[in-house]
Amino acid sequence: MLYRTPFPRDFLSELERLQSEMRQNFDLSPSIRGFARGGFPALNVGSTPQSVEIYAFAPGIDPASIDVQLEKGVLTLAGERKSILPPPDAKATAHIDERFSGRFRRVVSLPDDIDANAVTAKYRDGVLHISIQRQAATLPRRINIQ
Amino acid sequence: MNDTTTINKEQAARREAGALLPPVDVIEDAAGITLYADLPGVSKENLHLHIEADTLNIEAELDLKLPEGMESTHAEVSQPRYRRSFTLSRELDADKVSAEFEQGVLRLRIPKAEHALPRKIAIAVT
Repeated sequence: MLYRTPFPRDFLSELERLQSEMRQNFDLSPSIRGFARGGFPALNVGSTPQSVEIYAFAPGIDPASIDVQLEKGVLTLAGERKSILPPPDAKATAHIDERFSGRFRRVVSLPDDIDANAVTAKYRDGVLHISIQRQAATLPRRINIQ
Repeated sequence: MNDTTTINKEQAARREAGALLPPVDVIEDAAGITLYADLPGVSKENLHLHIEADTLNIEAELDLKLPEGMESTHAEVSQPRYRRSFTLSRELDADKVSAEFEQGVLRLRIPKAEHALPRKIAIAVT
């Protein structure tokens, strides 16, 4: 940002910079871990009064090989997706190569009131769904007035 | 008459709505082309493949079965559908396409037409 030139030569990279700047401005509560967009697997996070729901879009991976760890309020997803691209000596050409391959690791910081012992994880249609219950004590309760 | 216009409108509305561009790998070997596409969150019933003339259309709808009352706090997958199309070249045999869909990954195999298969050309030295 400090080295911006008045007449950018590389128009495309300038566009890309603008885009990421805009994205940053729209992110209302940036986390210290950055929630880097465009990582693999893509993550959607949602919450209900009873639970925190995390959806990791990780298609084509053996669910048993995904390492999911919850430690001190931080959820870590790690694993590897094998490349399907032909070896260089094969008589085949890769025309488009956009899908992610290799090792991945993503980290999500969770709210304080989660119950680390009440976690379920399901893998369906290439999406890993992790549901973490909130602690019962912190659920909103109606107080009766005597 | 009325029915067709409503269908057309629906189609147009679907086309105008935003869609995600699924990442793909395309690999060509001597016998044909293999296309892999990442479509996580799509069940087999919601995946639509069409070949019209020489255009291959991939359309799919996401179905995550979100719990009731969930409020989204962070979304990287922000559209409920995927869409992407490719133009096929003439030597590909669109009638013999085969598709597999497993764990959110589509694998499409498009063989080359018989006449387009590679032949070794003998060089005559005189």
